[in-house]
Amino acid sequence: MNQLKNFTKGLLKENPILVLVLGMCPTLATTSSALNGLGMGLATTFVLLGSNVFISLLKNVIPDKVRIPAFIVIIATFVTIVDLMMQAYVPSLYSTLGIFIPLIVVNCIVLGRAEAFASKNTVLSSAVDGIGMGIGFTLALGVLGAIRELLGNGSILGHKFINGDGIILFILAPGAFIALGYLMAVINKIKKV
Amino acid sequence: MAKLESSLKNMMLSLTLISLGASAALGFVNDFTTEPIQKQITAKTVNAIKQVVPEFTNNPVDEVFKVATAEGDSLNVYPAKNGEEIIGYAVRSYTNKGYGGYISFMIGFKPDGTIVNINVLEQKETPGLGTKMVPEGTADKPEFKDQFMGKNPETFTLKVKKEGGPVDAITAATISSKAFCDGVERAYSTLKKGGLI
Repeated sequence: MNQLKNFTKGLLKENPILVLVLGMCPTLATTSSALNGLGMGLATTFVLLGSNVFISLLKNVIPDKVRIPAFIVIIATFVTIVDLMMQAYVPSLYSTLGIFIPLIVVNCIVLGRAEAFASKNTVLSSAVDGIGMGIGFTLALGVLGAIRELLGNGSILGHKFINGDGIILFILAPGAFIALGYLMAVINKIKKV
Repeated sequence: MAKLESSLKNMMLSLTLISLGASAALGFVNDFTTEPIQKQITAKTVNAIKQVVPEFTNNPVDEVFKVATAEGDSLNVYPAKNGEEIIGYAVRSYTNKGYGGYISFMIGFKPDGTIVNINVLEQKETPGLGTKMVPEGTADKPEFKDQFMGKNPETFTLKVKKEGGPVDAITAATISSKAFCDGVERAYSTLKKGGLI
């Protein structure tokens, strides 16, 4: 029961993007299409899961004063693994996400969950928390990417729904802010009901 | 188990061990991804070359050589051969003058200097405006880069109309269009300087 709560809180109640408003930089920059958003979300989910599990395992042997450097080393290791794997096996996605994969290291969701959850909870709870938060992040990025792709390009995941060029603004940076703002408003409304 | 105390010894020990574990893991992953990554990069280059020069029988990636530009750096030139005869050069050129900065190209020339085709490899131009430099058009719906194909920069000055040249700039993306010309010009003048055309 408790684990279920750990899992579902990341989806809506404590959704990292739409409620906690963490990790805005990759959110705004990589959601120009649904596929990019999902790819970024899944990469982050893997890092979250790996770093949460390891930090929770090692929480008792990491002295408090060096916990941040220790966390960053663990997170950076997982990010580099994702980076190399994507470069080797999904080069097209890797080339569109580019610099934002290495930048997962400084994504505040990952360090935030390490500090706020994994360093205080059991391995199982931390793994569940990592997956839940990761899926919440992926869903939010996917939805935001789909909205921007639909309005900006008339397609979702590459399937054309509307002929013509679409509103280019939504593919550009301002569109990310506008779409994210409205998405947050909708989620706030849903949460209150 | 109680938390380890933050003494100097404990801090050094735990950070050292964590870093050791991390580097071992990374070494392992690096070991088995090096080969596929290399293959991806080669495949990407070969594909880019195939699109810009006539059909070749050699392996241009193996025969790549560097030619110095007028600015002091050098460009990679991939020779395309049919048997022993050189039928074209693919030049990996670049420009820093794009609206989003760096743009790289693979540009194919015939041995007489005629442009065969141009492939934009990396760009960060404005979506929907500057990015129109990327696609190739069809006969009844030509795109921006089609106007370069089959032209020889000897007679076809690589300048947009605003600067007195013959190139039709992309609407609302003059900077991107100028940068495109700059990249092609760099490839052409480098080949010329190297005495290849």
